[in-house]
Amino acid sequence: MNSLTDSDKPLEIICVACPHGCRLEATRKDGEILISNAGCKRGKEYATNEITDPRRMVATTVRIQHGIHPLLPVYTSEPFPKGRVTELLREIRKVEITAPVKMGQIVLKNALGTGIDVLASRDLK
Amino acid sequence: MTEQTYDVVVVGSGPGGLAAAIAAKENGAEKVLIIERDIELGGILLQCIHNGFGMEVFKEDLPGPSYAQRFIQQVSELGIDTLLDSMVLEATPQRRLYVTNRKGGISTFDAKALVFAMGCRERTRAQIRVPGTRPAGVYTAGTAQRWVNVEGFMPGKRFVILGSGDIGMIMARRLTLEGAQVERVLEIMPYLSGLSRNYVQCLQDFNIPLHLKHTVKNIIGNKRVEAVEMAAVDDQRRIIPGSEEIIPCDTLLLSVGLIPENELSRQAGVQIDPVTGGPLVDSYFHTNVPGVFAAGNVVHVYDLVDWVTGAGKEAGRGAALYAMGKLPAGSSCITVRAGNNVRYVVPQRIDAQVLEQEPISLQFRVSQPIEAPVWLEAVADGNSITRRSVFYARPGEMLTLPLKPEMADGLRGAKEIYIHVNER
Repeated sequence: MNSLTDSDKPLEIICVACPHGCRLEATRKDGEILISNAGCKRGKEYATNEITDPRRMVATTVRIQHGIHPLLPVYTSEPFPKGRVTELLREIRKVEITAPVKMGQIVLKNALGTGIDVLASRDLK
Repeated sequence: MTEQTYDVVVVGSGPGGLAAAIAAKENGAEKVLIIERDIELGGILLQCIHNGFGMEVFKEDLPGPSYAQRFIQQVSELGIDTLLDSMVLEATPQRRLYVTNRKGGISTFDAKALVFAMGCRERTRAQIRVPGTRPAGVYTAGTAQRWVNVEGFMPGKRFVILGSGDIGMIMARRLTLEGAQVERVLEIMPYLSGLSRNYVQCLQDFNIPLHLKHTVKNIIGNKRVEAVEMAAVDDQRRIIPGSEEIIPCDTLLLSVGLIPENELSRQAGVQIDPVTGGPLVDSYFHTNVPGVFAAGNVVHVYDLVDWVTGAGKEAGRGAALYAMGKLPAGSSCITVRAGNNVRYVVPQRIDAQVLEQEPISLQFRVSQPIEAPVWLEAVADGNSITRRSVFYARPGEMLTLPLKPEMADGLRGAKEIYIHVNER
């Protein structure tokens, strides 16, 4: 869904920025992306990015030694390029850390050179 | 056998219980206790490792464990007592709790005010009567979520998910990210039961097919699930003969609804709304049993944790006021009823005198989806009290209608108030 040209009919995009689930419409006119039906500014931004550079928050787990649980939940510090999520998960799978861990602690720095860190979602003793 | 007395005791430490305990303390209750059956505070949030929590409360997009930890931190800073790894066996209408754990045996706690925050349980195979053999490999989505995200093992390799609830869709994504194949998500209704955004980011992103108006006709397999037979249904949810299709898989996950967990509430004499499965409450989330309050998903199932927190705060504040003898006694009780295309409304009763002092938010769900602008309207004795417009109404997405203090006049003397959702 990344390509949208002037001649394409409007593209429906369901916004994921918040739980409202607004149905937005994207069209391209003279190369510029136009968004209609957006309930808010963030929706407009989301829909524009969805065409130019789609991103998603990624949450998963890493192995942790000596913790009260065998897994530590982690998440990306900001939305990650959608096309590289599988690659990111392969990288995260290699990580293994030892308890105790603090919430917000960096588990994987500058993941795949994107400048985005992977952070611990909680304290784990 | 030890005995202790508290101003407010909260049963359960998910988002509802945490918010209630914090609000109780902040509103003047001195001795507050949380009783939790798990080994740590946080409830189901701890297994909800995905993002999307906290947009309303913190204006941040947090994973479940981070959201929980912010409140756990407050609980500890405020000096709220906690009793972990402990099970409440019985609750009485006099607000006495019998509690057991490995260390202390059975102990008794007396509460001036009690807040039930037990959350929900998932509907299981037995409750939706799926035909077929009874092999291993049929689990609820939340159980699978606990295994995959906390305990660290995968319940299968090839999945079919029955039900388009949020947990089911979120697990479809989670299992895919962990290398499993999710063949289908089936939904018996003609519409999605979870949030649209989860359809986009959990199913569409991974090309997982969603089949509306489809269900599982039969589970096939001896020791382990080998396949499920899916079938289309008509408008009366009857299976359409000839539409059957066999889908090979080793696991069937069920995401077919949540039921508020109210065994303790019932023991304590709390009246349950047959539609929500939760207690009948007023705007303080006060039940019919004096001093017994209910917080969060134990009342009705919320779409968002942020709203559970909001509801928990109201219940905790009410409990603190009750414990201190400051809760206004309900003198002009108005029953709130579900009108056109409304399945239920919470709270089920309000007090015009309370409304004079503070706004009251009515929360409700529609029975049928309307994909067009609608009016949400409150009507008392044939007079419109307030209305507001929204772009559409879907059963999966809770609606709210705020009542403001200036509307109290129009409600004086009214016995009932009806909530309607009509197309504009």
